Amino acid sequence: MAIKIKEVTRPPRNFQGQIFIWEVWLGLLVTFRHLFVNLWRHTLKAMGIKTEPGSVTIQYPEDPAVLGRRARTRHRLLKREDGTPRCTACLLCETICPAKCIRIVAEDSPDVIIEKRAKSFSIDLGLCVFCGYCAEACPVDAIHMDSSDVAITAYDRKDMIWNMAELLEGKKSPSIAQ
Amino acid sequence: MISVAWTAVKVIFAVATGLNIAGFLGWLERKQSAVLQDRIGANRAEIFGFRVLGFFHPIADALKMLTKEDYIPPFAHQPFYAMAPGISLGFGLLGLAALPFGGNITAFGHSVSLQPIQSPYGLLLVLGLLSLGVHGVVMAGYSSASNYGLIGGLRGASQMIAYEVCLATTLSSVAFVYGTLDLQQAVLWQGRLLFGFIPAWGIVLQPLGFLLFLTAAAAETKRTPFDLPEGESEIVGYHVEYSGMKFGMFLMTDFVESIVVSGLATALYLGGWQVPGLHLAGALGGLIMVLAFLAKVMLVLFLLMQIRWTLPRFRFDQLLDLGWKNILPLSLLNFLLTVWGVYLWRLR
Ligand code: SF4
Ligand code: SF4
Repeated sequence: MAIKIKEVTRPPRNFQGQIFIWEVWLGLLVTFRHLFVNLWRHTLKAMGIKTEPGSVTIQYPEDPAVLGRRARTRHRLLKREDGTPRCTACLLCETICPAKCIRIVAEDSPDVIIEKRAKSFSIDLGLCVFCGYCAEACPVDAIHMDSSDVAITAYDRKDMIWNMAELLEGKKSPSIAQ
Repeated sequence: MISVAWTAVKVIFAVATGLNIAGFLGWLERKQSAVLQDRIGANRAEIFGFRVLGFFHPIADALKMLTKEDYIPPFAHQPFYAMAPGISLGFGLLGLAALPFGGNITAFGHSVSLQPIQSPYGLLLVLGLLSLGVHGVVMAGYSSASNYGLIGGLRGASQMIAYEVCLATTLSSVAFVYGTLDLQQAVLWQGRLLFGFIPAWGIVLQPLGFLLFLTAAAAETKRTPFDLPEGESEIVGYHVEYSGMKFGMFLMTDFVESIVVSGLATALYLGGWQVPGLHLAGALGGLIMVLAFLAKVMLVLFLLMQIRWTLPRFRFDQLLDLGWKNILPLSLLNFLLTVWGVYLWRLR
């Protein structure tokens, strides 16, 4: 896509803008309108009458978080059709990771075409900066950051290190489990 | 002796009212900003499962402030460091006591004045107390042995001094109209009617003065768009080294000073405790007076809050420009016009 240039014309510095008072009044009109419209909607809602919502707030722990479609969330290791992990232990993700939080131990794969596979694979999510480089670097599309899990919590630092099984299957964070 | 005790009771009552309103303002500030920005606002603090629109958040705030560690930086000038928040808050609270919450009434056979500290120079007293509050700011910045704090304090001082001049000039013109510096007399003066139906409130007689006063008052109490001394989120302010309840006291000072200037605005421009068309006397009249006064104060505070959440902050040079080059000449002009107007009125 070609880059488009949008010209932004500065509003002229005129008398009306420089004495402030008129512009302040216009601004106050906007905020007062929002205040009273929203108050009215809240009142109607409190009386049980259906209206437009008075706020855009998502009450997060009770209501689910709304994430962007391309949001980078907790990592997920992908599997082949036969259920084995896709990862070929090429160590590209470990190499590119700026936080140095991926640890991979490689071993020979019984399948001669695949040659190599990961014996262990762990990510320290307490160190990860969610840059997404690992997912981008992977040549065999074995690691994604699309689990839609952002509530990654633990009571101990070592519990923030997720091993291969957990990354493959996903595990519940303790705060959600409770 | 009795009268001294009675005055003390009234002063304590005024201060308590002010502090309660200040706590309420903490709630109002959050909720008003939330609603006008299409949000809900703080609503999680609960007591036994009751949330009541987040009303317990000021209480939670106070608890947090009280239980937090009060860290004193090792190089700070200890006595000044400890005194600064008290000076800021104390003079603000004293200012509250000089406001005319109500007039003189006769209740249960006693003649009572509902103004805690009644003085023929009440206006000067309040102005003086407000300016003494500046010392707290400068002291805090100077004594905390931090360059950021010092710069913040100096910024605060130059801003508040600049706007104090405007404030005094504007208020002198309104005092000229009433011919008195006594806040009680000023309120009484406003009880008359213009042309038989318009209440002769200051806002009718001095519309320009009211605008100037509101602007200067917002700057004087360090409210947005003039909150550079503190710069809650971005600029480092004079109370950068403060923590715990001392920081909380600076926070309270803001609210208390807002109440004081709103009270001044009410007493001088909005007719004080007067309710148009009602002749207030007796115990019931006294109650209505106090309620009317507080209602008007709340109205001004609401307006100040709304302005705060509407306007972005000024840059510091723009702020001083606005004060010295625009508001001060305008208030002087207003004063000149007032003097001529009053002169011609008296000639009539
Ligand atoms: S997202 Fe970035 S920091 Fe996290 S594991 Fe991948 S490469 Fe490392
Ligand atoms: S880049 Fe992909 S295949 Fe290579 S080690 Fe990382 S996850 Fe495995």
